[in-house]
Amino acid sequence: MEIKLLTSMLETMLKIRMFEENIVKLFKAGELPGWLHVYIGEEAVATGVCLNLTIKDYITSTHRGHGHCIAKGANIKNMMAELYGKKTGCCKGRGGSMHISDASVGILGANGIVGGGIPIATGAALGCQYLKEGRIVVSFFGDGASDEGSFHESLNLASIWKLPVIYVCENNLYAETNPLNMHLNVENIADRAKAYNIPSIIVDGMDVIDVYNKINKVASDIRNGDGPVLVEAKTYRYRGHYEGDPEVYRTKEEVNEWKMKDPILKLEEKIIKERILTLSEIENIKKVVQNEIEEAIEFGRKSPEPLKEEAMDNVYY
Amino acid sequence: MREITYREAINETYREEMRKDKNIIIFGEDIAQHGGAFGVTKGLLDEFGPERVRNTPISETAIAGAAIGSSIVGLRPIAEFMFDDFLLVAGDQIINQMAKLRYMSGGQLKLPLTLRMPMGGGLSQAAQHAQCLMGVFMNVPGLKIVCPSTPYDAKGIFKSAIKDNNPVLIFEHLMLYENKGEVPEEEYYIPIGKADIKRQGKDITIVAISEMVIKSLNIAKKMEEKGISIEVIDPISLVPLDIETIITSVKKTGKVLVVYGGPKSSGAGTEIVARINEFAFEYLDSPIYRVAEKDAPIPFAPVLEREVLPQEEDIERAVKEIMNL
Repeated sequence: MEIKLLTSMLETMLKIRMFEENIVKLFKAGELPGWLHVYIGEEAVATGVCLNLTIKDYITSTHRGHGHCIAKGANIKNMMAELYGKKTGCCKGRGGSMHISDASVGILGANGIVGGGIPIATGAALGCQYLKEGRIVVSFFGDGASDEGSFHESLNLASIWKLPVIYVCENNLYAETNPLNMHLNVENIADRAKAYNIPSIIVDGMDVIDVYNKINKVASDIRNGDGPVLVEAKTYRYRGHYEGDPEVYRTKEEVNEWKMKDPILKLEEKIIKERILTLSEIENIKKVVQNEIEEAIEFGRKSPEPLKEEAMDNVYY
Repeated sequence: MREITYREAINETYREEMRKDKNIIIFGEDIAQHGGAFGVTKGLLDEFGPERVRNTPISETAIAGAAIGSSIVGLRPIAEFMFDDFLLVAGDQIINQMAKLRYMSGGQLKLPLTLRMPMGGGLSQAAQHAQCLMGVFMNVPGLKIVCPSTPYDAKGIFKSAIKDNNPVLIFEHLMLYENKGEVPEEEYYIPIGKADIKRQGKDITIVAISEMVIKSLNIAKKMEEKGISIEVIDPISLVPLDIETIITSVKKTGKVLVVYGGPKSSGAGTEIVARINEFAFEYLDSPIYRVAEKDAPIPFAPVLEREVLPQEEDIERAVKEIMNL
């Protein structure tokens, strides 16, 4: 695999991880309003998927959406300002963490409703198919969303119409607090694709290279006119469903076991072992990323609040 | 002028607009070969082909999502829901997504889509195929809501809805589809947000929605023989509501009756009553009256259905009470 790609994988995963480590602190300090659902641990999925997309492709995301947005190329200054509820936020302070969107890079929105983005992605794929501009759509959602009617209706419709969409299910083993074996009764979520006669694959969501390689094939098939695919990424979130979650549904041992499979550490080891980058070069990347995030925080802090007079803007076009 | 039915007026609108704009695609349950549950989309598949005229599975959530997503990426989709009752199956997509994406995205996303659906009772469909739900969706900022009552209005407002860059919900009372009316051959638009004075009068204002416009006009004609001059206003659009036209009439008559489908409580007409109170209270000679459905699920048996739905005699009775006759 080429150096540029591996470096880019590392940079993106670090950017997601460090962005969220920073906002967790800011949230705890009471600087950010609302709620926070972080993606730490799952970075390989968004990164491996989105490196196969162009700026013209579309994604829909979830309440746990910072990673998808960063991987798809959202400007982190505007993302940060959005978390602060500022006028300079990507949604001008109307959406917040759960509803980040950036149309300029094809992000059709994180979504506060579990499964809410899946039909929208399907519709976007209908548009892409009709307009024939070679775009494809990725819908990110979790294992919990695969129990929603919206998932089943969407896969069925996409199958009938052969729509250019990849459904990426991030199976992190818990639907909010409910463990997998309590909320579905199939061995793999990928099995659910059979009901709609669409292909499915399973990827190691803790291994960015595995995600990247498998999605690479899927994305190129779909660009060539193949219909939808369901991808199940086996992954894990290190932190609670939301910041402040008492996490009574799992043990510390389980969390620590998954941390041993950390996608960032795994990639760093490979990169060092294969002499692609040195430790100090990696440290340097981290410094650059942290600087960028600190600039974003400053931008968020110093940005003006939205004006009260603007509360009614954009209810309608 | 030529006369065509309400159904034909809508069908003609599809044809004219789809010929002009290739980015209009239409989909819904049974709309292709079958031409829709009420025959509104008959023949469109033959003219525009299967890429642009699509049957969907019975999946209302997916239908609404298809409209949202395809509109965001550049199409101008029109989805038909077989009955407005079925909108509720897609409640999340319509209320939480469609209505809010523009606002939540800080204006980045644009949703130029139209949903059309029949509503209302009168055919013994019972409680799950006969509701008038426009009032429910009036409670959701971000949607535009229109309820045309004549073939002329149905065509003109549908044209505007297609051109509009917001989600527009068109509620069509199913008892109107066979009604004939004058529709010019030349192109015209009816702006969304403009009421129409369907009949001039000076003694009392009736604000009537959708099929209730027809019933109110019948009573207005009947009462004229008794010397009562009734002004009938059809808002056509409920969101945005042209309250000015209504207020102007209220200032003239001082008496108001609001007639609408859907349960009487917290319905479409309730909002009109509230706004008249807000903006023209000092011009009122008497309390504002309402005629609407009784607050019950709509029953099956014809005798019971008739009892729950608002009838012409209810309108007549209310007019007489207001006029102290």
